[in-house]
Formats: sequence, structure tokens, C-alpha cells
Amino acid sequence: MPVTGEKGWQRRTTPVQLAVWFGWLLGVALFVWCWQTISAATTWFFVTDSPRVIADIGGRMFPPAWSYLDKLWQPMWDTINIATLGTLMAMFMAVPVAFMAARNTTPNAYVIRPLALLIIVSSRSINSLIWALLLVAIMGPGVLAGIFAISLRSIGFIAKLLYEAIEEIDHTQVEAIETTGAGRAQVMAWGIVPQIMPAFAGIMVFRWDINIRESTVLGLVGAGGIGLQLQSSLNVLAWPQVTVILVLIIATVLFSEWVSARVRHAII
Amino acid sequence: MTATAAMPELRPWRGRPVIADPRVRWGLGIGFALYLAAAIGTIDVNWQRVWEGLDRGWAFLAAFGEPDFISRWRDISEGLIESLTMTVVSTALGIALSVPVALGAARNLAPLPVYLFCRGIITLSRSFQEVIVAILFVAMFGFGPFAGMLTLSFATIGFLAKLLAEDIEDIDRSQAEAIQATGGSWLQWLNYGIQPQVMPRLIGLSLYRLDINFRESAVVGIVGAGGIGATLNTAFDRYEFDTAAAILIIIIAIVMVAEYASGLIRQRVQ
Repeated sequence: MPVTGEKGWQRRTTPVQLAVWFGWLLGVALFVWCWQTISAATTWFFVTDSPRVIADIGGRMFPPAWSYLDKLWQPMWDTINIATLGTLMAMFMAVPVAFMAARNTTPNAYVIRPLALLIIVSSRSINSLIWALLLVAIMGPGVLAGIFAISLRSIGFIAKLLYEAIEEIDHTQVEAIETTGAGRAQVMAWGIVPQIMPAFAGIMVFRWDINIRESTVLGLVGAGGIGLQLQSSLNVLAWPQVTVILVLIIATVLFSEWVSARVRHAII
Repeated sequence: MTATAAMPELRPWRGRPVIADPRVRWGLGIGFALYLAAAIGTIDVNWQRVWEGLDRGWAFLAAFGEPDFISRWRDISEGLIESLTMTVVSTALGIALSVPVALGAARNLAPLPVYLFCRGIITLSRSFQEVIVAILFVAMFGFGPFAGMLTLSFATIGFLAKLLAEDIEDIDRSQAEAIQATGGSWLQWLNYGIQPQVMPRLIGLSLYRLDINFRESAVVGIVGAGGIGATLNTAFDRYEFDTAAAILIIIIAIVMVAEYASGLIRQRVQ
């Protein structure tokens, strides 16, 4: 390439280029440091030995013990109930929180709105399994703890998506209702609720679908459902039973996903 | 007075029902009510145990008033560092693995066999809750953060590849065609025709997943896959609610900071 003194095309100016390069350097350094931390805490013998273990477990998982399926219907029914009842319970708690958190419907933007946002973020940051751990310690093992765990985790999710939907409503429709002389409750019922209803139904079905997946593991900490069977099968290394449980879980999850996709498709 | 008799009967206005067919509407309603009755009927609750537990519930709520960061700080900080490192590595690894899977799972790029294979991977990854995958990986690779890191990477594929593939399927074809028209190779076509169109979304999704991975890293520890979950589990088992409250407060704070930061970055990118 001949040196002409002319500036060739560059996507970025040199300082920006340097900054980008430095950013990548930092990112890679962070990754390497994190990797080393993990590596130090790992027993590498188990990892190098894993192909043998995987082949071993894989061999034991087949053929699946299909007869075990008879004992799984009851826990599966519990699992679905945990998800459904938990989602319903979350709905009753999430709707008021969402209305308190939305900028255009909140009764008080300086006290109540931040409080509602705090409820949302706390509920969202804590996984339902941790809620279950806590509730099992408080109210004892069983389906009830699972239902509460699912609903406590879902409040934040439902309320967050719902309050975003409320903030995006068309204000002219609300005004139209207001000009007819409607009271606050009537404005709510005829101006706001019809606008968010499709979004609301979609959110509920979506969360129900997620909750089916989440409730399959709650049994691991004693909160009822099929996780209990998974735990006990794993404890006695009954791999053929584990296969059956995993297949049943996949089938249920795919079914719930199908239902939720159908319903959302019908609404939107 | 005879004129009013001819008027149609007046009744208060009602909104249109969501489901037009009354038979379907009532059928669904009654079916759901029956299901609810059956579901609630089969819940087996030991009310005495719940009643006894209420004290502990109050003790836990009270513990949030005075969380104890100090007496188990060593365990907490170790768990936190493990969780955070797991989050970083698994997100980076997950992104690196999801991009090829996403390319394969986009119907407008991949031939049918590749498409089905990649969709299969995504479905498998999405069907299992992280904890179940973690159990299997712990059985295969032993206890510790390595199994947790693999779990989170695997879970990242299902999330990121699915959403990225959908975004790739929605791209503007004419831009990609323009690159093809200049005689660009397949790689150039990917790099200049497709990548710029999906990049903002990829960055947004990656940041969101970083956030999710941190939250999930707090649970995989319960089954022995490293991270803060193990510390939390121990705290609950010992009924040390003040330590548990401290851990939960830290998790909430980190999630809040991460959410705020990723919101800022996403605003700048989009």
C-alpha cells in the first residue's frame, strides 16, 4: 500500500478505538480471573473422569422404569396445582401493587410508588426455590409452602409487566370516560381495565407456564410436587426412575407451553 | 302511554364478553371452577404445624430489621465471590455457545435438518429448570462451582439462542441481500448483512441474562453446585434467620444495581 499521507477510512476515531480495545482487555481479564477462581475450587479429577461417569449413568438410565409412572400421577397433579393456585394467588396480590407502581395510577408518587417498586424488586430477585426454602422452614413441608413460594416469586413478575402495560395505556380513552362524569372506580373499570386486559391475560398465562417449570423442583426442598420423587430417586441412585420423571417433566412443560402459546395467540 | 309499550325493553349497558359463544364461556368457567375445587380439595395442610411456624415467620421478618452480616461474613463473602464468578464465566460461555445455535435455529439461514437439531437443543435447555440440570451436572462433574457454571451456560443457550433466533428471523432481508449482491462470502454476509441488525438486541439480551444468571446462581448452590445458595441453605437449616436475611438483602441489592446498570447500557445501545 503506497503511503500517500491521506487518511484512510476508519470506523472509529483513534481515542474511541483505544477505549474499545481497553474495554475488551478489561472484559477478558475479568473473565480469566473469574475462570481461575472457579478452577481453583474445582476438583479436576472428577471433571477429567466425567466421560466415564456420564457413560455409566447413561447406561443405567436405560431402559426407563415405566411402571414407576403409576406413582407419579399424584405428585404431578400436586405440581400443576402448585403452579395454578400459586399464580392465582399472586394475581390477587400483584394487581394492587401494579396499580400502585404505575406512574399514572399511583395514589402517591413519593411514598407508595417506591414502596410498590421495592416489593416488586424483592419478589423478583429471590428465586421461588429460595422462597420455598424459607417457607418450608416456617410452615413445614408440603404443598402449601410450594403455593406460597410460587406466588411470592410471581408477584414481582406479574406486577412489573402489568404496571408497564398500565403506563402505556392510551390516555384519551381515560379522558373520554372522565368527561362523562364517571367516578374514580368507574374510570378504572371502563377507561383503564379494558385497555390492559389482553396484556394482563397474556402475562398471567405466561407466568403460569413458567411456574409449571419452577414447581417441578420445589419438592427438592420439601415444598411438594414431583421434585420430591426426583430427590428420593436420586438419593437411592434409581436412575431408571429418574429417566421416567425427566420424561414426564418434559412432557408437562411442553404441554403447558403449548397451552400458553395457544391462549396468548387467541388473545393477541 | 301506549308509545312506551312499543319501546324495546331497556336494560343497563353491559360490555361485550371476551368469549362470544355463551356455551363455551360457561363451559370454560364451570370447568375451571370444578378444577379449582378439586385442586384445593387435594391440598393436605397440617394446620397445627403452620400455626406453630408463625412464630418463626415473625422471627424471620424481624431478622430483616437487624440482619447479621458479621458472624458468618467469611462464608457469605466466599459464596458471593463464587456466585459472581460463576455468573461472569457462564454468561460469556453461554453467549459464545448460543450464537452458533441461534444461527442454526433461524429458519431463514439454516437448512431444515440443522434447524430442527438446534431447535431441539433449545427446547431441551428450556424444558428443565436450572436446578434439575444442576443435579445432573453435579452427579457428572462433582460438587463445586464448575457444575454450576456449566448449568448456567446450558440454561443461557435456551434463553439467548431462542430470542436471538427469533430476532434473526425478523431481519430486513434487503440489507442482507445487498451484501450478497456485492459478492460477499457467507461469513461476510453474516458479519455485514445480519450481525449489525441483531447486535443491539444481542447486547440487551446478554445483559438481561447476566442478571438472570446471577439470580439463578443463588439457587444452584442448594443442590451443591457452588455459589451463595449453599450458604443460604445452611443458614435456613440452622434457623439462623439473621444471617439468611443478610444474604437475601445482599442478593436484592446486587440485583437492583445490576438491573439499573443494564438499563443504562441498554438505553445507550438502542
